[in-house]
Amino acid sequence: MPAVSMTVNGKPVRGDVESRTLLVQFLRETLRLTGTHVGCDTSQCGACVVHVDGVAVKSCSMLAVQADGAEVLTIEGVATGDTLHPMQEAFRQNHGLQCGYCTPGMIMTALDIVRRKGHELDDHTIREELEGNLCRCTGYHNIVKSIAAGARAMASGDPARQAAE
Amino acid sequence: MNATGGSVTGIGAPVRRKEDFRFVTGNGRYTADIGRPGQVHLHFLRSTHAHARIVRIQAGHASRMPGVLAVITGADLAGDKLGPLVCGWMIHSTDGTPMKMAPHPALPADTVRYVGEPVVAVIAETPEQARDAAEAVVIDYEELPAVVDPAAAQREGAPQIHEVAPRNTIFHWQLGDAAAVDSAFARAASVTSLDIVNNRLVPNAIEPRGALAEFDPGSDSYTLWNTSQNPHVARLVLSAFVGVAPEHRLRVVAPDVGGGFGSKIFIYAEEVVALAAARRVRRPVRWICDRSEAFVADAHGRDHVTNAQLAFDRDGKILGLRVKTIANLGAYMSTFSSSVPTYLYATLLSGQYAIPAIHCSVDAVYTNTVPVDAYRGAGRPEATYVIERLMEVSARRLGVDPAELRRKNFVQKFPHQTPVIMSYDCGDYAASLDKALALADWAGFAARKRESETRGKLRGIGLSAYIEACGIAPSQAVGSLGAGVGLWESAEVRVNPTGSVEVLTGSHSHGQGHETTFAQLVSGRLGIPLDAVSIVHGDTDKVQFGMGTYGSRSGAVGMSAIVKALDKVEAKAKKVAAHLLEAAETDIVFENGTFTVAGTDKAATFGEVALNAYLAHKFAGADLEPGLKEGAFYDPVNFTFPAGTHVCEVEIDPDTGRVAVARFTAVDDFGVVINPMIVEGQVHGGIAQGIGQALMEQAVYDEGGQLVTGSYNDYVMPRAMDFPPLVVDTTVTPCPSNPLGMKGCGEAGAIAAPAAVMNAVTDALGTEDVPMPANQLAVWRVLQRQPRQAAE
Amino acid sequence: MYEFTYHRASGLRQATNLLTKFEDAKPIAGGQSLLPMMKFRLASPSNLVDLNKIEGLNGIELTSRALIIGAMARHAEVHTSPLVQQGIPALAALAGLIGDPAVRHRGTIGGSLANNDPTADYPAAALALGATIVTTKRKIAADEFFAGLFETVLEPDELITKVSFPLAKRAAYQKFRNPASRYAIVGVFVAKRPSEVRVAVTGAGSSGAFRLTAFEEALKSRFHPKSLEGLTVPAEGLASDIHASAEYRAHLIGVMARRAVAAANG
Repeated sequence: MPAVSMTVNGKPVRGDVESRTLLVQFLRETLRLTGTHVGCDTSQCGACVVHVDGVAVKSCSMLAVQADGAEVLTIEGVATGDTLHPMQEAFRQNHGLQCGYCTPGMIMTALDIVRRKGHELDDHTIREELEGNLCRCTGYHNIVKSIAAGARAMASGDPARQAAE
Repeated sequence: MNATGGSVTGIGAPVRRKEDFRFVTGNGRYTADIGRPGQVHLHFLRSTHAHARIVRIQAGHASRMPGVLAVITGADLAGDKLGPLVCGWMIHSTDGTPMKMAPHPALPADTVRYVGEPVVAVIAETPEQARDAAEAVVIDYEELPAVVDPAAAQREGAPQIHEVAPRNTIFHWQLGDAAAVDSAFARAASVTSLDIVNNRLVPNAIEPRGALAEFDPGSDSYTLWNTSQNPHVARLVLSAFVGVAPEHRLRVVAPDVGGGFGSKIFIYAEEVVALAAARRVRRPVRWICDRSEAFVADAHGRDHVTNAQLAFDRDGKILGLRVKTIANLGAYMSTFSSSVPTYLYATLLSGQYAIPAIHCSVDAVYTNTVPVDAYRGAGRPEATYVIERLMEVSARRLGVDPAELRRKNFVQKFPHQTPVIMSYDCGDYAASLDKALALADWAGFAARKRESETRGKLRGIGLSAYIEACGIAPSQAVGSLGAGVGLWESAEVRVNPTGSVEVLTGSHSHGQGHETTFAQLVSGRLGIPLDAVSIVHGDTDKVQFGMGTYGSRSGAVGMSAIVKALDKVEAKAKKVAAHLLEAAETDIVFENGTFTVAGTDKAATFGEVALNAYLAHKFAGADLEPGLKEGAFYDPVNFTFPAGTHVCEVEIDPDTGRVAVARFTAVDDFGVVINPMIVEGQVHGGIAQGIGQALMEQAVYDEGGQLVTGSYNDYVMPRAMDFPPLVVDTTVTPCPSNPLGMKGCGEAGAIAAPAAVMNAVTDALGTEDVPMPANQLAVWRVLQRQPRQAAE
Repeated sequence: MYEFTYHRASGLRQATNLLTKFEDAKPIAGGQSLLPMMKFRLASPSNLVDLNKIEGLNGIELTSRALIIGAMARHAEVHTSPLVQQGIPALAALAGLIGDPAVRHRGTIGGSLANNDPTADYPAAALALGATIVTTKRKIAADEFFAGLFETVLEPDELITKVSFPLAKRAAYQKFRNPASRYAIVGVFVAKRPSEVRVAVTGAGSSGAFRLTAFEEALKSRFHPKSLEGLTVPAEGLASDIHASAEYRAHLIGVMARRAVAAANG
């Protein structure tokens, strides 16, 4: 069995995996970081989005062995202690979630949108950028609102809270 | 409004959700997140045939493969004396005969009846080992002819799917007065007739279904964690009908559940097999559905074929409505399938209108397809689609404004008894219509249409004035209509000595935000902080009983039960306060969390009274029992009737047939709103599913019974880009039949939107003959049929 | 997914050696098509040779005549590269239409071309721009590279190293998405170069992307949407499914081609 080691949410981790173990399985089952979800088997729903070396990827479409040596950020690593990241807070303030299942992927995608597109995001841009994230509860309306608000809050917020960016 | 209406956390306040912290930090706990020591994995080998006899199952090799603990077949389950799955709502045919419910074993012993039907279960140490072994199981089938089209299923010579159901007909049912309708049509000045197909949908909650079953040999009892909207109903069925274990030795826990939309109401084969397997292998057994598997494992929705006719007099007043529907229930009758095309459908055909005579006949049929059951709206979207398409088409035919034709026929006086059972208790349909037309800038449409034309685009507008029956449901009423259960709700309010409160509810939250809205009610009523209230749900070991969440019932029924329990808590607390404050009980006033003695400055906080209820130092136990905990069951006296108007505007690219929703406006009357933020969110989600049905979503079978749309690569899921920002508002007529005046908001969008969208699409295209979903291919084909309208 | 042996190649030679050594070995680049296929057990290589740690395969270079993109350049890199945006902006735009943002962070141009999904976007660009596919063994003209559904002329131990796109004066890509899979139902790439006009279509062909010579001829004299008016594409031979009949695809090719020419003309 191949051994993998990587940094997850700032902590070094290692484990033995099968070659076929997906990154999402390693995170959920080996590390018990169950905030990253699986909602499909065709790489479309985005519930499993995490950051690998600073960019958003679908952890269902990457092998754990391929993340060897990488820096991985999951939803569990976004808040600072009990203080929510501005993007998490924006989802809470704007009712950007209902059942919560797609939410971790949405937030990880949102952070990546801000990284690439900046802090002033219009409705159209956000909707286009959510191409790879499905939600069945919200009709996306409040998710779009949350991301716009979160992006703005990240520009003005306390830098210490933005470690996760 | 309630006395707490002005507070920042009470009824009417847009309180941010208490549950969100765990969800935005990845600390939600869904079924798939639960890990039990020693758990093993279950994989189903499913039928690849739509209809076939099982000749032989060879599993010897598979059972010896690495990691395999057991291979289970239908014969094994029969040996375990596990009964079949059942449909819990009895419908009688017009001739008085009971519906033809065929046996539905969790795993079939001799015949498969749809593609995806589970046939063999393999339990192994890892999910991949279970799947590897399932691939090694050999099943010899003898193929039988299959039928997937519901109308074809009823024809002479069609393959018969179940012995009990000749011509595959489960029931031929009717509601209303056929003679009165005939006479209305005879007098009619004009009649509008429409053939309508309500497309089959796949629910697609983003969390796939799952089950984790554990057997404890020491106590001979089971625990099942599963993705359920109603764990108590699941336990009842698994116990009383399937016979897994008596209720007191079966605990069902529905933890965080990632959306349901109806699909997680039902009791499915997979849970039964997981429980049976857990007993066999003496290890916790886990089944988590793959997404593509979910397309054949979860009950589908809708799938009606309808002819409907609406008769008008010379003045445009409706005289009568005649509806004939064939409902496809799939290969087996799912848990509540029979109620959907009958009492949840035909009873709403009157819409918002005063219609003197209505008759509806419904044939429910078996086909070789996945079972069909309730999906968000359940019967009511189908009814709304029928009446609201008819109204729009009629207005166009009669040359009158569609809003005015509706207005002319609105029910004006309440209560209003329809010819199809329902008694509407309150409403102001003109108010929501007017507000919707204003918000949608209906008057400005012509200018927007011209602007679209300058860009070569076709623009259309349509509305849908819907009504639904929610707050499901008065037990006596549904009992008389065939329901196998009562549809009340329970609540228990436990006040702790320190004044914090746990509320146990039989409602289940899977996105609706009960932990917040229910707490708002309690916090406002008892005058304690929101954080001092926790809502407990979803565990049969904690909550005594409950009927669960569906039919937009958690507010109107679930919260009413909490109100009743709170009434009892207050009454008891007043007695304690009387002892504590040394006053007569009748002089105790409770307001804003404080007990006072009328006309004095003597006071005690809610917390002090709670503590004294448990100290019991100030009263003798003989007079008053210590403690502060009350329970209540609330059985509604009527359905509730949310109603409103949705307006949709579409723009069509005539070169490609692509329909874009340009604007969408919803004005709903949900009665009293507890948390407007959450209500808006519910409406958004419903609209998205409604637009999805109208423009994108469709389960397609080929003639041989293969599901062509069996994954996200073929089934169109609505995305963020498919919607404009949604304009949502409300009007309020408080519901007179429950203590809070609530009506329910969970399904409105899915009920109203399809007709609004299709009315807009047909307006843009200038023809009524457009199938739903009006996807790009369908619209392009419509455009091919007609001479291109030049953009003048 | 079936179990396999994983090899992390550190260089091209090691990678091709591993591919030679193991029968039924497959290279994995971004994995955004291969891994989903393996999850569905529709692909089952016994050995997987990972190209992601090979250095120097993701460079992007712009010369006076061509844009040269390393095989392991991610779609996101091509989409945002100032060199691509300067050299062939249509190609940058195309890369931004593939999959979704997360998929674009993994998926690569080399992987996409080697997979030759008949509904993928890059094959249309390669054909229309007259790209040259450079491999560990040779240089292959795009016209010679694609060989039917999910087939190319690549040998089992041959890897794409870079792709060279001759610069085009004007070019544009128009994609009409499958609403479910988000791949192209029809994608049309038009390119005008000093010597020729090329029109390539993806998504519609029953054996992969193809050039539309009738359209190319019509656009040669005048590169304008009007030149395509009245031209139709026969439906025979086009793909047909629940999302688009062959007739609909034929129609859409005309629409997308006219729009692409209009877009190329700015």
